[in-house]
Amino acid sequence: MQTDTPFTVYGEQFDSRLLIGSALYPSPEVMQQSLLASQAQIVTVSLRRQNSVSAGDDFWQLIKDTGLRVLPNTAGCHSVKEVVTLAQMCREVFATDWIKLELIGDEYNLQPDPIALLEATEILIKQGFKVLPYCTDDLVVCQRLADLGCEVLMPWGAPIGTGKGLLNPYNLQTIRERLPNHTLIVDAGLGLPSHAVQALELGYDAVLLNSAIAGAGCPVTMASAFHHAVVAGRAAYVAQAMPEKEVAAPSTPTMGMPFWHQN
Amino acid sequence: MNINYNGQALTLSQPHSLLEVIEAQGAKAPYAVALNGQFVPRSGLAEQRLQEGDSIELLSPIQGG
Repeated sequence: MQTDTPFTVYGEQFDSRLLIGSALYPSPEVMQQSLLASQAQIVTVSLRRQNSVSAGDDFWQLIKDTGLRVLPNTAGCHSVKEVVTLAQMCREVFATDWIKLELIGDEYNLQPDPIALLEATEILIKQGFKVLPYCTDDLVVCQRLADLGCEVLMPWGAPIGTGKGLLNPYNLQTIRERLPNHTLIVDAGLGLPSHAVQALELGYDAVLLNSAIAGAGCPVTMASAFHHAVVAGRAAYVAQAMPEKEVAAPSTPTMGMPFWHQN
Repeated sequence: MNINYNGQALTLSQPHSLLEVIEAQGAKAPYAVALNGQFVPRSGLAEQRLQEGDSIELLSPIQGG
């Protein structure tokens, strides 16, 4: 049996390679059951004005009851100043240095702004944050983020909430090959468990998703499906796939074949 | 004194600290506060005096993806 290496996020090891969001579920109960069914150990959360409808202590208590490691995000921010302030606020409320850094550059497809992302990452790392940047699948951007000190990178599979899967496997594979010692997580754009399998087969350490589970007809069942998908994809990566061939090769031995083709 | 509290206009009859205004608005923990876009740590809320036109953001945990 091949032995696997642990999934590590800034020195902390996790058994599950599925990170899951806490938004968009039809009810708090379904969210809680889905988190459980996913067997995820890390859940993403955010901050909003206290007078907003769904913010508050009830939600936070539900999350705390799950016992999951919390990963706060800066979703909705469009500037360096906004993400730095929100990250500082997250650190105080959630008592963690981890921050899923989201800095949107385009309102239409919610594409991350790579230039501002680098600037914000540099500031936050200097302030002691452990940054998990949500970025595009651009190799050089990922390399620059790594140079700044990000131990974890989270390139997108596709734009947030589209469910399109891995739009550019070549780019993702190149990032994997060029940054072999970094923890790489495909974040956003997944819709099906097969997309998660593909990401793990490529050698990605984990996937982070939300809409694919929360938006499913039965989120709890889909959460379970994604759990099995990351397990299968990782096992396939560790097992090392057979090389592709351009021509057919028989799998049944031809030596000793009876009746025909015999001289 | 006119300030803005989580997007709402608020008129104060006299100068207050940031903590006094937050508590008067019935803020419930857990929360974090920013004043004019700058984070104010919990330890600094009581000593932070407010000025005309200040903008307060009080944020609490919410679902995120």
